[in-house]
Amino acid sequence: MSNELNIDAVARLARLKLTDAEKQKLAPQLAKIVDYIDLLGELDTAGVEPTAHVFPVQNVFREDEPVKNFPETDYLSLAPKPDKGHYEVPKIIG
Amino acid sequence: MADLASAPTLLQAREDLKNKKYSALELTESCLRRMDAVEDRVQAYLHISREHAIEQARAADAKIARGEDAPLLGVPLAIKDNICTQGLPSTCASKILSQFKSPYNATSVDRLLKAGAVILGKTNLDEFAMGSTTENSGRRPTRNPWDLERVPGGSSGGSAAAVAAKECVAALGSDTGGSIRQPASFCGVTGLKPTYGRVSRFGLVAFASSLDQIGPMTQTVDDAALLMNVIGGKDPLDSTSVDVPVPDFTQALGRSVKGMKVGIPKEYFTEGIDPEVEASVQEAVKTMQSLGMETVEVSLPHTKYAVATYYILACAEASANLSRYDGVKYGHRTERAGSLLEMYENTRDEGFGEEVKRRIILGTFVLSSGYYDAYYLKGQKARTLIKRDFEEAFKKCDVLAGPNCPTPAFKLNEKLDDPMQMYLADIYTLSVNLAGIPAMSIPCGFAQGKLPVGLQLMAPHFQEETLFSVGSQFQLATDYHKQFPNL
Repeated sequence: MSNELNIDAVARLARLKLTDAEKQKLAPQLAKIVDYIDLLGELDTAGVEPTAHVFPVQNVFREDEPVKNFPETDYLSLAPKPDKGHYEVPKIIG
Repeated sequence: MADLASAPTLLQAREDLKNKKYSALELTESCLRRMDAVEDRVQAYLHISREHAIEQARAADAKIARGEDAPLLGVPLAIKDNICTQGLPSTCASKILSQFKSPYNATSVDRLLKAGAVILGKTNLDEFAMGSTTENSGRRPTRNPWDLERVPGGSSGGSAAAVAAKECVAALGSDTGGSIRQPASFCGVTGLKPTYGRVSRFGLVAFASSLDQIGPMTQTVDDAALLMNVIGGKDPLDSTSVDVPVPDFTQALGRSVKGMKVGIPKEYFTEGIDPEVEASVQEAVKTMQSLGMETVEVSLPHTKYAVATYYILACAEASANLSRYDGVKYGHRTERAGSLLEMYENTRDEGFGEEVKRRIILGTFVLSSGYYDAYYLKGQKARTLIKRDFEEAFKKCDVLAGPNCPTPAFKLNEKLDDPMQMYLADIYTLSVNLAGIPAMSIPCGFAQGKLPVGLQLMAPHFQEETLFSVGSQFQLATDYHKQFPNL
């Protein structure tokens, strides 16, 4: 399945703009990695349950009590473009 | 004042501070002087918080003068830069977070500070902890203090190098696929990856959430136990931290290991292992036998699938975790932002380094429609089989022992352009994260005369005490951990 990794399509899904030079370098490396991970194809996993997490943790609940940990301004001051208590982004609706 | 040319062990520092052999300030200043002397060559730190550290040391001295005590009072430590520290940079060695200062402390850091520790600074890593050499740092590579032409390992290469070069008493690292144990092995220090869920991940910048774990990197096994006493335990801020009692780990130190069974996984001594590494590990097994331990051969039959399984699952989780870096709420934002989509794409192209991009693309691919079952789901099933291998092995033994890495430290640039070769070198460490068990690397010899070799000890879930008993007995019988590089 190794040649199926279409770097343009996957980069778009990942919201990564790659330069042509990056694509030329990464594509053969990724093809080699995908070739390698195809190794799992030979493994018989019939009837094997998948493991997403090593312990059987189900939902973890706590009392819904508001805790004021950090001031609002601390968070906004981290933003590259804060604007009057909001995050500024390029125009979304035309 | 006592001779403090470089950092003592944590145990020694605690004793000396209590006996007023030197003050916390003197100890902190000696670490800072050591950095002044070696940092231009080692480059272990990304940020040195000199003034902050001196302030904390003075506060510790004031407490000592009032007769107060705390488990780490006045002890200077280094923190890997993917662990959040309030008021200091927390950059993950990534351009995308180069200006980031966390508004809060990671729980592990909070616990260190409450225990009286002094934070010296933040150590270098492969960007977002993705790598095995620290060469993927967005800032600059760290060098191995034993041989400056070689890598310290990664991704916690800065913490390992800082401990080996005695630029701190001890350090915190993080381990997703071997990132504590492999650099500990390359730099000749002790590194513990605790059981998944033993230490809170709150404030550890997420790479692969089902695998990441914070742990100690120290000069000795005793020191690792002292740090684990402070950072271990359930945290309401991390719902995956596990609510099991945290024992006093120091009680396990020096405990007899006579009659204990050590399993030797045959798959860990196959083709590709460096002969000197193999000889050192075999010698270490003999040492364990001389301590009264019984050896049994065991099999971890799915070891050959660990690299593929790990890179599928870790990259999948990484691609989801790193989607948060979008230039909106924190971190870098591109100047080339015509549309929203362009803003995302250009921000991420400018902010992430090559290895991070490689892993995001691979992770996005294995999760994408049409490939999910063949790769991601298959990987999760393979993970079950790898986890079962350990369950079966631990029916026959109390602890597993083997090499930590197939080779000693690589030369700088040796593996930079062949990511697949680099991934394969992680073969002995990845399974431990997939199974969630604790494992420790301790120094067990040297290759080529001066390159440290690490012995990896692995135990069942929540049996860190076994690792501390075996590790501390091993260090009573050997002196590899007492050897340090001449810098």
